[in-house]
Amino acid sequence: MDTIFTRGPSLNIRLALALAMSVMLIVLDFKLDAFSTTRVFLNSLVSPVQYLANLPGQLLNASAQRLTSQQALIEENEQLTNRLLLQNEKLQRFEALEQENKELRRLLDAPVRQNMRKMVAELMAVDNTPYSQQIVINKGAIDGVYLGQSILDERGIVGQVMEVGTTNSRVLLISDVTHSIPVRSIRNNSRFIASGSGAIDELYLTHVAHSADIREGDVLVSSGLGEVFPEGYPVAEVTQVIRDESRPFAQVTIAPQARLNRLKYLLLLWPQTSSEPDEQAAEATDD
Amino acid sequence: MIKVRHYTIAITLLIAMVFQIIPVPVQVDLYRPDWVLIVLSYWVMALPHRANVGVAFTSGLALDILLGTAMGVHSFALSISIYVLAANYQRLRNYSVWQQAVIIGVVSALYHSLLFWLLRLLTDVTFRFEELWPVLTSMALWPWIFWLLRKVRRQLRIT
Repeated sequence: MDTIFTRGPSLNIRLALALAMSVMLIVLDFKLDAFSTTRVFLNSLVSPVQYLANLPGQLLNASAQRLTSQQALIEENEQLTNRLLLQNEKLQRFEALEQENKELRRLLDAPVRQNMRKMVAELMAVDNTPYSQQIVINKGAIDGVYLGQSILDERGIVGQVMEVGTTNSRVLLISDVTHSIPVRSIRNNSRFIASGSGAIDELYLTHVAHSADIREGDVLVSSGLGEVFPEGYPVAEVTQVIRDESRPFAQVTIAPQARLNRLKYLLLLWPQTSSEPDEQAAEATDD
Repeated sequence: MIKVRHYTIAITLLIAMVFQIIPVPVQVDLYRPDWVLIVLSYWVMALPHRANVGVAFTSGLALDILLGTAMGVHSFALSISIYVLAANYQRLRNYSVWQQAVIIGVVSALYHSLLFWLLRLLTDVTFRFEELWPVLTSMALWPWIFWLLRKVRRQLRIT
């Protein structure tokens, strides 16, 4: 033990070195985006820690599954059967409508919407601070996940893939301050941009004119503009509209439809747009 | 046994990182203490020749990857916070655990402000006072971590 005579460079020099390297890394990563390829590798490097952190939750889940009583299971089963029945009935109507819609679109010479490839992913980790809202899911490059892919839960759009690792990937939620998504109102098809606020249950619409026809309770769906998110999935519902004439724009607060704070199972989508040149390649991987 | 002794600091840091990213409900997440900062603080005060700014920088980078922030943000904040402790370790060692807890609170507040300032430069985040809850929980956690790690250090005779 040698604490009086320190070895190596002095503390100040170490600090200067660490800070210089940090600043360099920040500039390289944020301004020049130099880590986009190495991040995959780095993510795979730290994924054991993520699996370790996920273990207690999984164990709890597993034991909870083992310990549920038969009575509870029977009840749940009954509930699910009922729901399935109701949804099947809806689906029957939906199928007829889809067929009708297809025919109408064909008459109009509009492109018919394709059925998409889907995959269920599970939540692995959550990083929710007011500064960044991200989650980690358990599907990665080997499952065909790609950058910018849309993620949904059973109610609506959750976010998009921001980093792909080998076996897991990081998803940016729509409520993140750096995230925006193009939406349109179901009621009158007016288009808006929904931006995250950093709070998990609140988004807001940017640059809404005072004269815009929008009210509380309007449901907003993805508009498909920007070609990141597929069209027509629910995003949010308008909760508050403040038209303060002293401000340049109306303040519109919306609540995301997806339950961002209690995600468990998520849906990955592989939309196939006809404008995509590598459609054949995508289809080839489908088979 | 020899091996465990050599890697104790790394292992405790790894455990701290696991606790830092363990998924918990949103309501609890707000109060999550700065595990990595606390564990690092203990080692810096106890064994400043083994763990100091370099280790802080490396753990900061690991945190950046784990939490998905821009590379260098956490390493920057952690390096400065640990530097403050490392520069004053001889004085801090003589404080009682409760006085140290207050110091840890101050350092944690510094750490969070640095994080906020850096992220503010990069994106347009706005400050929220909820973000300072970890300062209080870190202070509350410090005595327990201090006693636990001191026991570990004495048991394994880490120098």
